[in-house]
Amino acid sequence: NKFNAHPDSRCWYVAWNPKGTLLASCGGDRAIRIWGREGDSWECKTLLQDGHQRTVRKVAWSPCGNYLASASFDATTCIWKKKNDDFECLTVLEGHENEVKCVAWAPSGNLLATCSRDKSVWIWEVDEENENEYECVSVVNSHTQDVKHVVWHPTQELLASCSYDNNVCVYKEEDDDWECRATLEGHTSTVWGLTFDPSGQRLASCSDDCTVKIWKECQPEEGTDVAWKCVCTLSGFHGRTVYDIAWCPLTGALATACGDDGVRVFKEDETADPDQPAFSLSAHVPKAHTQDVNCIAWHPKEAGLLVSCSDNGEIAVWNYQSGV
Amino acid sequence: SSLKQQNCERLQTAKDEDEDVADPIDDREIFDLIRSINDPEHPLSLEELNVVEQVRVRVDDQENTVGVEFTPTIPHCSMATLIGLSIKVKLLRSLPERFKIDVHITPGMHTSEDAVNKQLADKERVAAALENSQLLEVVNQCLISNARTS
Repeated sequence: NKFNAHPDSRCWYVAWNPKGTLLASCGGDRAIRIWGREGDSWECKTLLQDGHQRTVRKVAWSPCGNYLASASFDATTCIWKKKNDDFECLTVLEGHENEVKCVAWAPSGNLLATCSRDKSVWIWEVDEENENEYECVSVVNSHTQDVKHVVWHPTQELLASCSYDNNVCVYKEEDDDWECRATLEGHTSTVWGLTFDPSGQRLASCSDDCTVKIWKECQPEEGTDVAWKCVCTLSGFHGRTVYDIAWCPLTGALATACGDDGVRVFKEDETADPDQPAFSLSAHVPKAHTQDVNCIAWHPKEAGLLVSCSDNGEIAVWNYQSGV
Repeated sequence: SSLKQQNCERLQTAKDEDEDVADPIDDREIFDLIRSINDPEHPLSLEELNVVEQVRVRVDDQENTVGVEFTPTIPHCSMATLIGLSIKVKLLRSLPERFKIDVHITPGMHTSEDAVNKQLADKERVAAALENSQLLEVVNQCLISNARTS
């Protein structure tokens, strides 16, 4: 199932809502679209056209599914509230100096993280009493360049970010302030995407260096309480920049979105040593789209269901079946 | 294992029934697209300044790749990123969508070669830059074709 989501423009990101009944997409046309299933096809339920003045780069659903956050090149992050088929803009978060590249809700629903080309990561707290009130509680400047993506740990209050500076940073809260506790070096070019495994013990990153790296939390040295090391590198599989990566919370399969127009799924091999995992290419669609694939996301409820989107403005839904 | 488009019996390839069977695109054709781009500072084209040369254009029509090396006039040229961006934009606007376009500085010809190349290769940075109306205007000025060239 493939459909054009953002006419004459690129589709940058697509996200399932927590129930898996809706898709939110955003793109270079400055719009956000909400899609619902109608029989065998997807129909646009809502068009949010006036929220941003420039490209909308990413969208993220709150864990409860009632709110949507959108990150834009216009340097703002918009918080939308769902009211039936419509969305109302509750508040606009300002502060970043230039393009916001990502927004992510913590699993608790109380915290939000944003990151930007201004090299910073901002952590915001949602006011429990007032859904319009968001307070910035920390601004962290650990990266030396454009920050591309932020992702929260599935169970702990831990945040990871990745950057044009080729590194991944891991953050924890200390005395009401968020700090970078570990810098993961290894990629040789921009790191575009991050995803935690279902347990949160491992982190996968994808890069312009055409590789995927798997990082595992390990025994920290004296004086630190957080340490991660690279336990696996997947190279030779991707022809160009890997823009996005997603670890399936239901099956543990790893999917990637690549600038060579392909979508790939990797499965973990049975190995004796958890510190030396191995992954094999399980499925590959070389021409998933006619242009770069920007985003890939697993359905939260239905195992094997995947969505991708592309520079050609299209969204495609896939069925992955692990071979017998 | 299989990865199939949902609700399709077989994988559909990109629709191209409407596309005419065209001659493969070659180096000369790419060069013709970029040779008359204006230098941002001097009233001369990139070809006249030897910033672009046909020999530094590499096209692979089968693989859908285009590579252009450009040589800034001086190693500290502050316009290098802008020139590279103009070349990239001209090609993005002129070539079929299937092409992957790589524009970089001729190796060894600029002091900030790696930094400039990295920016030009980052499509998110390029997209954001082109949403800046002032920068877009400067790029468009470089791309205005001159009456004397065809």
